[in-house]
Amino acid sequence: MLFLLGEGTKFTVPQGLLLALVGFVLVLVVLAVLMGFIYLLSYVVRLFEKKGKGEETAAPASAEPALAPGSSGDIKLYNVDDRTAAMVMAIIADELQTPLNELRFISIKEVTEEGK
Amino acid sequence: MSDISIVEILKNLWSGSGFSLGEPLQIVMIVIACGLLFLGIAKKFEPLLLVGIAFGMLLTNLPGLNTEANALFHSAWWTGEEAVANGVDYLNILQHGGLLDVLYIGVKTGLYPCLIFIGVGAMTDFGPMLANPKSLILGAAAQLGIYMALILAITFGFTGEIAASVAIIGGADGPTAIFVTKTLAPEKLGAIAIAAYSYMALIPLIQPPIMRALTTKKERMIKMEQLRTVSKAEKIIFPIAVTIITAILLPSVAPLLGCLMFGNLLKECGVTERLSDTAQNALMNIVTLFLGISVGATAIYSNFLTPDTSKIVGLGLLAFCFSTAGGVLMGKFMCWITKGKVNPLIGAAGVSAVPMAARVAHNEGKKWNPDNYLLMHAMGPNVAGVIGSAVAAGFLLAIFAH
Repeated sequence: MLFLLGEGTKFTVPQGLLLALVGFVLVLVVLAVLMGFIYLLSYVVRLFEKKGKGEETAAPASAEPALAPGSSGDIKLYNVDDRTAAMVMAIIADELQTPLNELRFISIKEVTEEGK
Repeated sequence: MSDISIVEILKNLWSGSGFSLGEPLQIVMIVIACGLLFLGIAKKFEPLLLVGIAFGMLLTNLPGLNTEANALFHSAWWTGEEAVANGVDYLNILQHGGLLDVLYIGVKTGLYPCLIFIGVGAMTDFGPMLANPKSLILGAAAQLGIYMALILAITFGFTGEIAASVAIIGGADGPTAIFVTKTLAPEKLGAIAIAAYSYMALIPLIQPPIMRALTTKKERMIKMEQLRTVSKAEKIIFPIAVTIITAILLPSVAPLLGCLMFGNLLKECGVTERLSDTAQNALMNIVTLFLGISVGATAIYSNFLTPDTSKIVGLGLLAFCFSTAGGVLMGKFMCWITKGKVNPLIGAAGVSAVPMAARVAHNEGKKWNPDNYLLMHAMGPNVAGVIGSAVAAGFLLAIFAH
């Protein structure tokens, strides 16, 4: 019935409550649909990535840790990807209030539950 | 040759100056505009927009600049009875309008908020949300304030259109608030934009007490698991799919979400760096400049200094509080469901204000557990809140726009 009301209409409180309820549920539903879609998307993408990796020949595992370009020299990364390493360095620089190029990182290692 | 009297010249100058044309209420508006300039410049309250809004407000309320001939902005051309009945006469505005009239066309047509959303999209990383899709539910819950404010505004006797425009302040998203208000209640645009941006600037003061009141110390100390890495393919497909899904579900949301997702696609696709850079910097700065000054111009004393403005300011604050509470309460619920894996503080970041709300959640978490790093976890609900408030705006426009 709300849709039939004209411009400048004043609503009653029960009408307002109904409108608010419908609106809030709609936002929840739309975002829940998007959530479901993201789960589906990540599942499909990971499936394709696994398939792609399976077709590639496995590269020999290197005993040496990966090297990432650092702001001052190279950093040894143990089980840490470049993105995470960059984030860690940025956080430390921010916490110390020191420019990143004045800090020297030797290595970054992921501490696992087993490693404790 | 007629005699020229010095007194006559001075009299004419006086009668044509703002000193003789001024009204006391204009002085009040000038003081308010200067107060907002102080908050923007000295206190750094959302300065990029608040300075422009305050200066627009100052220009439009200066005595002498409100006559038909000198006016920079003709309010009646936009919201007067004739404009409401027959529509805005854009030809007249382009031929005879003042500077701010011409700039205001971008607000009235919805151009500026949409262009700003392209810039916001180009600056936003949806990665944290894609890594933890449950954060969308937190973003949805944090829209509670919009609907609570809607009920309260209706209770206070506002018409549906004004109530919806006031309610959208709770989304904590300036462009969205402007987009809804310019359509539904353009005469209230100045008050609503000022309230929305002021409260966004005050988020670090408004949110923490609510967050603390609704959570226990144990909950605030919860450390969350590291987020997974999101693939490039997911980041590229997401904006395209969201545009399709949301525009089909709710067509009125297409301008805002479409532009947000377009901006994000420019950032993520990897082949349009120049466009992404322009959207994030040059375009964003130019549009912010035009938007601020033209929105501020709508705050003319005759429609700003009314009891409605104080109600709008009060309801806006309540809307922000309810939105924060909605997000935190949903965070608590998710904490309970996951047996303590979700820190409820990140729910407060579900109000859009990116990235300030996420930073507030992070800082609050850190206060209680110095080892806690919630920023990336809070960015998920934060960007979800942008989508949530755009969906809420689409719903309100679908109901109230004529």
